[in-house]
Amino acid sequence: MSALDWITQVLEMVVALAAAPALLGWVNQCRAWLQNRRAPSLWLPYRSLHKLFHKEAVIAENASPLFRIAPYVVFGAMVLAAGIIPSMGTRLPLVVSADAIALVGLLAAARMFMTLAAMDVGTAFGTLGARREMMVGFLAEPALLMVIFVASLVSSSTALPAITEHLASGHLGLSPGLAFSAVAFILVLLAENARIPVDNPATHLELTMIHEAMVLEYSARHLALMEWGAQLKLFNYVCIGFALFLPWGVATGHIGPVGLLVAIPALAVKLAAAGAGLALIETVSAKMRVMRIPEFLGTAFLFAVLGLLVHVLLGA
Amino acid sequence: MPLRRWWEHAQKIAGASSVRGLGVGAEHWLQVASDVADAGGLLHTLWVNREPAGDAAVYGAYLTELGVLVAELALPAGGESVYYPGLEDIFPAASRLQRAAFDLSGVRSGDPDRRPWLNHDRPYEFVRVDGEGVHEIGVGPVHAGTIEPGHFRFSVVGEKVLRLEEHLGYVHKGLEQRFTQLPILQGHRLASRVSGDSAIAFSWAYCQALEGMSGRALPPRAAWLRAVCLELERLANHLGDLGALGNDAGFAFGLAQFSRLKEDLLRAVSAAFGRRYLFDIVVPGGVAVDVSSQAARALAEVVRTVCAEIIELRGIYDEHEGVRDRFTGAGCLAPELAARLGVLGLAGRASGQARDARVDLPCAPYTELAVAKIVQQGGDVAARVAVRFEEAQESGRLLRRLLAALPEGEHAVTVDAPAADAFGVGLIEGWRGPVLVALQAGPAGSIRRCHPHDPSWQNWPALEYAILGNIVPDFPLINKSFNLSYSGVDL
Repeated sequence: MSALDWITQVLEMVVALAAAPALLGWVNQCRAWLQNRRAPSLWLPYRSLHKLFHKEAVIAENASPLFRIAPYVVFGAMVLAAGIIPSMGTRLPLVVSADAIALVGLLAAARMFMTLAAMDVGTAFGTLGARREMMVGFLAEPALLMVIFVASLVSSSTALPAITEHLASGHLGLSPGLAFSAVAFILVLLAENARIPVDNPATHLELTMIHEAMVLEYSARHLALMEWGAQLKLFNYVCIGFALFLPWGVATGHIGPVGLLVAIPALAVKLAAAGAGLALIETVSAKMRVMRIPEFLGTAFLFAVLGLLVHVLLGA
Repeated sequence: MPLRRWWEHAQKIAGASSVRGLGVGAEHWLQVASDVADAGGLLHTLWVNREPAGDAAVYGAYLTELGVLVAELALPAGGESVYYPGLEDIFPAASRLQRAAFDLSGVRSGDPDRRPWLNHDRPYEFVRVDGEGVHEIGVGPVHAGTIEPGHFRFSVVGEKVLRLEEHLGYVHKGLEQRFTQLPILQGHRLASRVSGDSAIAFSWAYCQALEGMSGRALPPRAAWLRAVCLELERLANHLGDLGALGNDAGFAFGLAQFSRLKEDLLRAVSAAFGRRYLFDIVVPGGVAVDVSSQAARALAEVVRTVCAEIIELRGIYDEHEGVRDRFTGAGCLAPELAARLGVLGLAGRASGQARDARVDLPCAPYTELAVAKIVQQGGDVAARVAVRFEEAQESGRLLRRLLAALPEGEHAVTVDAPAADAFGVGLIEGWRGPVLVALQAGPAGSIRRCHPHDPSWQNWPALEYAILGNIVPDFPLINKSFNLSYSGVDL
């Protein structure tokens, strides 16, 4: 473990914390442009967080301690996840403690706390949102695991940095098996981050919400942590996508400061492209009926399994 | 006795083109209602008039193929012990009207449902649904969006709705009483605010009744300009709804585009009439603002471009797989059920109820316009969207025709206050459906009684049926496809 590895590790987490709101701001900007609207500022999410951190927190009288700690757990899980995803470098000291499967588990734990907190106060909307979130979760997690298994088979490891290193060292271009699982991954990303067509992050209609319904009872710093956590989740998912399918530009091995200097702009370019792509998907699709979500995530699982089969059959 | 016989016995009432009134005894009150129902008519509105002395009268206004028939049942003084036979078995829409009339006047119908409607002082008992896994979701009266207040109580299993019960009345303003405090020549201003999105429809219906009572004929130019305003109101509301429906289906592109078109239209309206929304344009005797021929041409040009763009956007809505999937089959109100519930206006026409007062009981200038009646049989959100798209085009056609050939002459004449106790009824097809205003003059230019009726009275109960069997998250979309007025029914 060199000092540079630790610097990379800290840098990754700091960049994730700092850039996650900007990614959301960028997606919102692209969405507005695609709808022929004038876009909100890129810095709006930062201002919202700043505003929320300075407000007085109001908590329901019958809230249990779980309700209070959930925002910290969710936020903490997302920061930790940012530490094990190789977004800029692959030599991360923290990685030895968790592989890709543990990462999926970490995200699931955050979901668990979020849904429990949503039901804690006992409002109809929170329970409604929690129920829907669990439905999305239990369908999305197997698909995500299957996507990771394809990449693991390709690179004979379940550790994300090892996968990234293997893929980055290989030839340019996606193997057919990984191409299928990339499609599956995009579907999972949309579902897990409450994006259209699964959920509508911009809606004011309580009855249609999934993620928003769960955080309705939160205010001030708790809400800020939940929102920041959600922004980090989107950032993390996009970075998992890069690690699995677009590992170029990531500093592999002991490259040194130059590698990191390449990795940062590379990440920025990739994030900008991914954000624009996400906005495009959201603009051209409508929100689907809740009952269609199992079909949607079933398709994701199917694509992931196809990726696996293609890899096994073609050996590619 | 068939309806025609009642009609022949009835006396002509001033105001809309074909209105007659009939005094009936208690023994004939239900008979008239069932004869109207047998002839395919429906109850439009019901109100109670209670004099300070204590004697009262209940009025039922029926929409029939012959015209509007107003039945009047005089009730003796006697306070709470006075009952009149309820019409709820013949016309389900009567139930809420009767309960509201009791809250306002203290005169009760025989309806066994005695829960208050407008009066929120007494507790309200919702109907409970029992069974394994059934739970209740209460939504409102305050909602997350900036909309009017109303409470919705869902009984659900999982996501499926077993029952919806509405509880309205949160914006009760005492409108009917306020009318009686205004001079009759000023009442149009309050009428245009009964439900702000139907400002022209209500104020025109009010003025129609008033002008009929005063015996003052409307100059042709005034009538044409009123029709221009009414169609602009229809077009603007349809544009707003079409955008909002796209947005509620998660298709924000639709909202952005339709909002832009609506804004273009409102700016053109503002250039022609000096105000974006058409409050206080319709005044007794005509319209408050005349439109120059130049402004009329400019407005017609904007309407033409807007309508051309609507056709393009309709193509996008129709071909978008996700939007089509959300619209088709959601919130289905079968034509038979719509007929039973007496659903009015746009929502009725989307469920096969071919009624449009502009065609059935036209006033000038609609007598010359040959308005196309737009009817769909589907009864789902897609049908209500289709009716809006086609009505927007039809309004565009009417507007271009009206604006191209505005008759010369005065745009307003003076109207004198009608004699005391004169009675008139105005009926105008607003964008949501037929709006009725019943007006009775008091002494010295005052208002004795004014009852405005919004078609939402009939259509709110229909929403409770349209949602059945649908899933909870589809409710906002279904609700928006009806887009009913809270203010108009909370009075």
